[in-house]
Parts: sequence; C-alpha cells; structure tokens
Amino acid sequence: MTIRFLALVVAFAALATVPYWMPGVYYINVASQILFYAIFALGLNVLVGYAGLVSLGHAGLFGVAAYAAGYMLQLGFGHPLAILVALVIGVASMAIYAALSLRSTGIGFIMITLALGEILWGLAYRWISLTGGDNGLSLKSRPELFGFSMSDVNTFYYASLVIFMLSLAAMTVFVRSPLGAALMGTRDQPRRMNALGYHVWAIRFYACLFSGLLTSISAILFVYYTQFISPQTLALTASAEVLLMVISGGAGTLLGPIVGATLVVVVKTVVSGFIERWNFLLGAIFVAIVILMPEGLVPGTARLWRLAWRQRERGASVTPGSAEAKP
Amino acid sequence: MSRKITRRKFMAGTAAGAAAATFRFPAPAIAQAAPFKLGLLTVKTGPLAQGGIQMEQGIVTFLKEKNYTFAGRKVEFISADTGGNPAGTKTKAQELIERDKVDTIVGPLAAFELLAITDYIAQQKTPCLSLAAAEDMTQRRPNPYFLRASATSSQAMHPMADFAAKELKLKRIITISEDFAFGYEQMGGFQQTFEDNGGRIVNKLWPPIVTPDYTPYLAQIQDVDGVCQGFAGSNPLRFLKQYAAAGLKYPVVTGETGGDDALLRSFGDEAIGLYSCCPYTLDLDTPSNKRFVAAMNKEYSVDPGFYCAGLYVNGMVVEAGLQKTGGKSDDKAELMKAMKAVTLTDTPRGPIKFDHLGNVIGDFYVRHLEKANGKLINKTVKTYHNVSQFWTYDEKKFLEQPVYSRNYPPLKS
Amino acid sequence: MSFWLVLTVNSVTFGGLLFLLSAGFSLIFGLMRIPNLTHGSLFMLGAYIGATFVIGVFGVKLNFWLAALLATLAVALLGALAERLLLRRLPGEQLAQVLVTLGLSFMAADFCLMVWGGDPLSVATPSELAGFQRFGALVFPNYRLAIIVIAIIVAIGLWLLLDRTRLGAMIRAGVDDPDMARVVGIRVSQLFTIVFALGAGLAAFAGIVGGPILSVYPGLDQDMLPLALVVVILGGTGSLLGSFVGSIIVGFIYNFGQALLPELAYFVLFLPMLLVLLLRPQGLFGRHVP
Repeated sequence: MTIRFLALVVAFAALATVPYWMPGVYYINVASQILFYAIFALGLNVLVGYAGLVSLGHAGLFGVAAYAAGYMLQLGFGHPLAILVALVIGVASMAIYAALSLRSTGIGFIMITLALGEILWGLAYRWISLTGGDNGLSLKSRPELFGFSMSDVNTFYYASLVIFMLSLAAMTVFVRSPLGAALMGTRDQPRRMNALGYHVWAIRFYACLFSGLLTSISAILFVYYTQFISPQTLALTASAEVLLMVISGGAGTLLGPIVGATLVVVVKTVVSGFIERWNFLLGAIFVAIVILMPEGLVPGTARLWRLAWRQRERGASVTPGSAEAKP
Repeated sequence: MSRKITRRKFMAGTAAGAAAATFRFPAPAIAQAAPFKLGLLTVKTGPLAQGGIQMEQGIVTFLKEKNYTFAGRKVEFISADTGGNPAGTKTKAQELIERDKVDTIVGPLAAFELLAITDYIAQQKTPCLSLAAAEDMTQRRPNPYFLRASATSSQAMHPMADFAAKELKLKRIITISEDFAFGYEQMGGFQQTFEDNGGRIVNKLWPPIVTPDYTPYLAQIQDVDGVCQGFAGSNPLRFLKQYAAAGLKYPVVTGETGGDDALLRSFGDEAIGLYSCCPYTLDLDTPSNKRFVAAMNKEYSVDPGFYCAGLYVNGMVVEAGLQKTGGKSDDKAELMKAMKAVTLTDTPRGPIKFDHLGNVIGDFYVRHLEKANGKLINKTVKTYHNVSQFWTYDEKKFLEQPVYSRNYPPLKS
Repeated sequence: MSFWLVLTVNSVTFGGLLFLLSAGFSLIFGLMRIPNLTHGSLFMLGAYIGATFVIGVFGVKLNFWLAALLATLAVALLGALAERLLLRRLPGEQLAQVLVTLGLSFMAADFCLMVWGGDPLSVATPSELAGFQRFGALVFPNYRLAIIVIAIIVAIGLWLLLDRTRLGAMIRAGVDDPDMARVVGIRVSQLFTIVFALGAGLAAFAGIVGGPILSVYPGLDQDMLPLALVVVILGGTGSLLGSFVGSIIVGFIYNFGQALLPELAYFVLFLPMLLVLLLRPQGLFGRHVP
C-alpha cells in the first residue's frame, strides 16, 4: 500500500511539473495529447473493460461531440455554451447509440457499433453544410480560462491535466461504486445478475452514458487542441486505435488505458520521427504484448512483479513453472 | 526522449551542421552560419503513401543537385510522416516548427492536411509551400504564409475544358469524380469553362472515395460524347480498367492526378487515348526538366510525375527566395515576400511566377496518352501559357461566385 | 431496361467476388469465434504476391492461374503460421485476439508498402478471358462472367469439403458446439489451424482473382475488410450458404444502392447491415450463438 501510494505521489509530481522537465514545447504538446487520448481510452474502457462490451464505433461518438463543439463555436456562441451543448449532444448520441447496440452483446455488439460508427463517418463526409465535408471545420481560438489564454502551451497542458485528473477520479469512484460492481457482475455473470433482480440492460445503459460523457470531454479537448475536425476523426481506424490503447494497456484496469494511450501517442508522434516504418513497429508491439502479456501491459507487469516478489520470498524452493500456473 | 537520438534526416554532412543541430537555441551571433532548415510534411504510410513517397523523392533530388546548399547556406532537411490524417499533420507540423525550428515547410500532400494546419502556420509565421489544391487557400481564405507552385484543383481543368470543347469538339460530357472537395472543385471548374464554350454537362457522378467497383456508375454512362474523370491516387487505374472492361469507348479527359506520368508505369493499354491536362509534363524540353528526369531515372529508376516535380519546383522557389534575401531567413515575413516575388524562367514545369494571392501562374500541358516503342507515354499536344487560377475570368467576379462544389455550378436541366 | 439488366449482372458478378472474399472469413468467424481483422490484409497480400508473379519477378513470368495458386498457398501457409504461433496461445481471449489481428494487419500493410512501394499494380486480365460478350446493345466483360463461374466452383468445392468429408463434418461439429466436439474426440485446436489456413488461402485467392478488376494498391485491405464484415453479418457466421446468399445480396445492394440512391452512397452498405443486426442478429442463415 505504501509503495503504491509513493508511486502515485511520484507520478502526480511528475505530471504536475511536465512543463519544467520536458525538453521543449513540442513535448509538452505531446503530453497534452496523451492526456486527452487517455480520457478517451478511459471512456472506452468503461465498456470494453468493465462491461465486457467491445465498441468499435467510439470514434463516431467522439466525432459527434467534436463537431458539435466546433459548429457551435463557428456559429459564434461562447465557449461555455459550446462546451455544454457538445457534452449534451455527445451524451444524447451515446444514449441512442446504446439503445441500438445494447440489443446485443459479444460479437453482435461489436458489429452494431462498427456499423453505427461507419454511418456517423459517412454522415460527417456527406452532410457538408454542417461539417464542411472533408475540408473540415476550423476553429479560430481556444477559450480563455479565468484570464489565462488556453493558446498558451502550458496553460493548455494544465487545463488538460486538471480535466484528466477529474476524469480519472470519476472513473475510480465509478468503478468502486455499487453501479460499477453491478456492471462488472453483468460482464461476468449476466444471467445470474438478472436472476438476482438486477436490471442488466439499465446497468449497461448507464455505463454507456458515463462512457459517452468521458468520450465527449476528450473530444472537446481534442477540438481545442487541433482546432480542426474532419471526417478522418470518425474513421474506423480511429475507433480501432483507441480500442488498441485500451487493450494493450490492460482492459478493465484504471491505469491500463492511460499506459496504452501513452504508448500509442508516443509511437505515433515521437517515434515516427525517428523510425520510418513506425506503423510496422506499432503492429509488432501489439503482437509482442499479446505474446508476452495478453492481459495487457499494466496487469501483465503487475503479474510479473508479483511473480518476482513471491519467488524472492520463497527462495529457490518453488520452480518458476508452478508459480506461474495459477495467478 | 534523449535529443541525442539520430533522427532520420538528410543532414549536411559537416561537423558544424551536426553540432548546431544538437544545440537547442543557437546563439544569434552564429545564426547566419547555422543551416537553413527545410521541413517536409508528407505521407509515407497508409493509403496515401504513393504520392507522399514521390514528394520526398522530388525534394531530395533537388537538394542533392544543389549539394544541400541554398544561397551559400547548408540546408538541413527534415522529413516528417503525417500518416495522412489531419490530427497527425498538426502534430508533425508542431514537431517541425516547435522542436526542429524549421525555416520553411514544403508539403503537405492533401487538402484536409493543409486545412488542419493553415491557421497554425500563419500564427507561427512559417512559410509553407504545398501541393494541396484546395482553392480557397489562395482565393476566398488566403493565407499570407502559403504559396502554391503547383495548381489549384480547377486550374488544370479550365484549359482541359477549353481543349475538350474547342479542339476535341465534344458537346455532351458526363463527369465522374470522387465524392470530396478536390473532386467537386475539379469538376466545377471543368463544367464552368466547358459550358461557357457551348458544351453541356449531362450528369455528374460522385462515387464515394472508397469504391472498389465502379460498375454501378459506369452503367449510367450513356448517350454522351465524352467523360471527364477527376480521380486521384490509385483510383484512376481502377476506373480506366473497369471503364474499358465495360466496353465504353467515349473519349476520357482528366486533370493532373487522373493521368499523372507516374501512373504510366501502372497503367495498362486500356489507358491509351486518355487526354490529361497537367502543370507538369515529362516530355517538356527544358534544361532543368532534362536534368530532373535524368536524376530521377538514375536515383530511383522511375519516371517522375506531378508530385515529384511539384516538390522539385517548390525546392527551386525556396532557393530562389533565399537568394533574394541574401541567405537570410530570420525574418519570415521578408522570406515569404521574397519567395512570393520569385520568377523562374526554367523549371521542370516551365516558367512560373506567383499572383498576389500566392498561387502560381504557369504553363499547363494537354497530353494524349499513347504507346510508343512498347511504352506508354503522355504526348503533349497543346500548351496553355501563363494560366492563372482564375483562367480567363475576372478575378473579382470569380471570387464573388461561391467556391466550386458538388452543386455549383448547378446542372442545367 | 438494359440499364437494369447491366446492374443485375454486375450485382451477381460483384457478389461472386465478395463470396470468394468472405467465405473464409465466415468459416474462421464461425469456428473460432473471432473476427479475423487481418482478412483484408490477407486479401491484399494475395493480390500483391499474385500480381508480382503475373507481372514477372526475377525473370520468371507466370501464368495467371499458376500465380493465383502460388499466392494462395503462400498466404495459406502464412495464415497457418499466424494461427500456430499467435492465435493458438489465446484460446477464448477475444480482446487479445482482436489486438493481435489488428496488430498483424498494421504490420502487413506497412510490409506491403516496404516491399512494393506505393505505386498501384495493375493485373492484366488472363488473355483467355479478355474481351466481352455482347447481347444486343449490352456488353459484359468475359472476366466478370468468369468470376461467377469461379465463385460457384469454389462454393461447390467448399460445400463438398464441409458436407461430404470427415474433415468437413469435424469442422461443422466445431462450429456448432466446440465443447461437445472436443468431448467426442475431435482435436478442435488442429481444426483451427486448418480452417485458418483455408480461410487465409481463400482470401488470397480472392485477392488475385479480384486483381484484374480492383488492381492492387496500398489501402486495399481497409477497403475490403468492411465488405467481408457486412457479408458475414447479413448471411450469418459460419454458414457457407449464408455467405453465398449474403454476398449476392450485398452485390445487389451495392450496385442498385449506389446507382439509385447516390445521395446515400456512403450508407448503402451499413444501413442494411444495421437493420439486420437489429432485427435478426444471427444473420439470415446463421444459427443463434449465445
């Protein structure tokens, strides 16, 4: 417990001082990107990790919230109203998305969400009067926050950090709440939960709404960061990418999606500057993760850590194979 | 995240250049001795990589020819892969500007990539020379730090339509192009000029960008004199193959992406007869083009196309601009002004200059695709000199009409 | 009238190509319960390898059908390897399987770019099938008509394999109830390898057969994968008849939808898919999988 607490303090201190130790503005921007993609991954993890529902259309929802924010700002509404409307529209779309896709689970859920995501992508492409088609929507300014302009790299980073910490806290509370426990129950034993009198559908629906909220929050940060949104943001590859963040880091864990988001963003932005075949590398990393720790980086590392710990305690009396057999 | 990692860059091989690159802020006193940093935004992974790889070949060919030296300054070249999406382009533009502190950016490839960074490059005051053809970048929403030495979407289509109406004497044409802005703007330009010359666009077909099978659209092509296609990437190949396989024989006309010289190595005989209008043509008989083609043949064993030539010409413009400022690049506004004022008489695409909005005025070539000695070639049949983005229209009137779109100009019933 | 006839014939020919693409996908999906997201990559790999042999490599220029056979075998071998070395380790771990198939598809796409560059490759129609059939004013390319025949031959071959052989019986048992199949002594894990290789080979074969129509280019994988998904969702997983009928239906929806409702061209495939998912989640011919 104390080690974990210490690690959290160190991690928080490192995050809080990023602008002071990062070797340049560019890297602070990369850190901001990691933060909002991590929020997106947290949002998807609510479904993938805790509800056992793999959504392959989340980029579509992300896009809806982003377009909503962008369009409101383009119409000349103020930032607070634009953000509020984007959140409401994002969560409302999630409600529709959930109402349609929750008729099914497992593969069926994957396919319905994939179809919904593709339909949203198609809408973004073709509803030109609203979205600008593939020319996208450009945003002139980031908001001012208590007199600080978010155009400043550090201010934007800290704003992202605060929102990220709040999202993570909300996620922690959610997972430990009765609703979170019930949700995990519906993931592992849906029939039993039903027999126990839980309304499985409603529990999943609420989880979807929460996921939609986090997704919308990250979408708004994304719009402010890139100041541009186009249909590519909603594409299937974008949905797959955030899913990869969740799974590679470790679905169903609090830290997993954050680690996954860091991995993907760093490879895409920083490593791609050094290695021309970064797409190949990213694919190879995913395959390696699956071979070495199929449950994801965070639980996998934790397992190895425990294994090493136990071995040291027991000395050489236990063979490695038997220790690994039942985690 | 160590800064010592050797980045893939085409660096001036001198020790001084390498040393300067590892310092984050070179002292002002040595600033002039520091290399000129040229950043390339291109696409080297994913479906758009075809054009992106050619872009890099074009600029590298020029840099090698100049021995990585512009106006007496060493050039440090940094290439970044956007992955072909807007968010990636923004990040890579930040990398080039904020981390590598480049003086000028060449690229990106696609309109949506450019549009994602246009405000950013203006804020950062970094000159950007792109191939992206989005009309409004030099028309209704000009960016003072943007320069285009290639062509707007419709710049080649205006002369193509002129040629189709006057020389080919076509009367009724059906247009087919991808369902996105580049397609709309190309076909819009074609329609306007074609109909001004007495022709008539019978129908406009817009297959989605991902269309494995064009037959549902091909089935609608009948009772016309010709077809105007505006496909890009690998789509022209597939379209012409399926067009020929469907037994269609109407003459086909197209723009720079639909009949690019770089596609000749992929095309089959079904492409013979295609008319294309392009700001670059392989068979242009100028000293610089001969040099360029020879270097490309030697280095990459391929004939260059429009993307390669576009970046080569961009390199020439940057060099000429830098010569005008006497090698100074600290004042980006001055550098930009100098580049905009560049007039070149001999480039691989012929003579060029820029209008006040930063778009090229240059020659456009109508070519006929033929087979000679067992090899497909684009043979230039007519050259339109000094074509501006406004064609023969009055600039003011042109800018008053809406940008070409899916429904503008409307179909005449 | 002729317009409708042309669309109809084109629907069937495109459906034939889709069947070649999706039959393997459906088998893998049905037996192994995983959406094999490398299927588009296998299709593209097959197309690239086949095209390379047809165009000529190291002075060797092969006949189209021989090239198709070689590409099919090569990719089938790759599929078997991927199953043995990777998927084998992840029984029942759907998320890990999604991750590994997506990872492999990233690698395959970048590998093709590395080896073949970005230029599209054109695959010449085999000379014996070049040309048209004319029916009055109508023109049908021979090659497209041949695809229908090829699809039917493959369908019959697969049906014989699945319905008339011991191996087929074991695969069907595995699709219906893997646990029970194991209990009666079928080595389901070995079946997995065989089915995966078969599916990969079929995808590659579809790739090279589609080559003369689609050509080969980076991004072909991403263009084809959603089509395979749509077919299998409509037809139902693990059902040969399902993917055959699904392919023809998708061929019709695609051709008529794009021609008649150009405004909806982007949704033409996914709206019907959504409807089927909502109204009959197991697909038209699928058995209900809990």
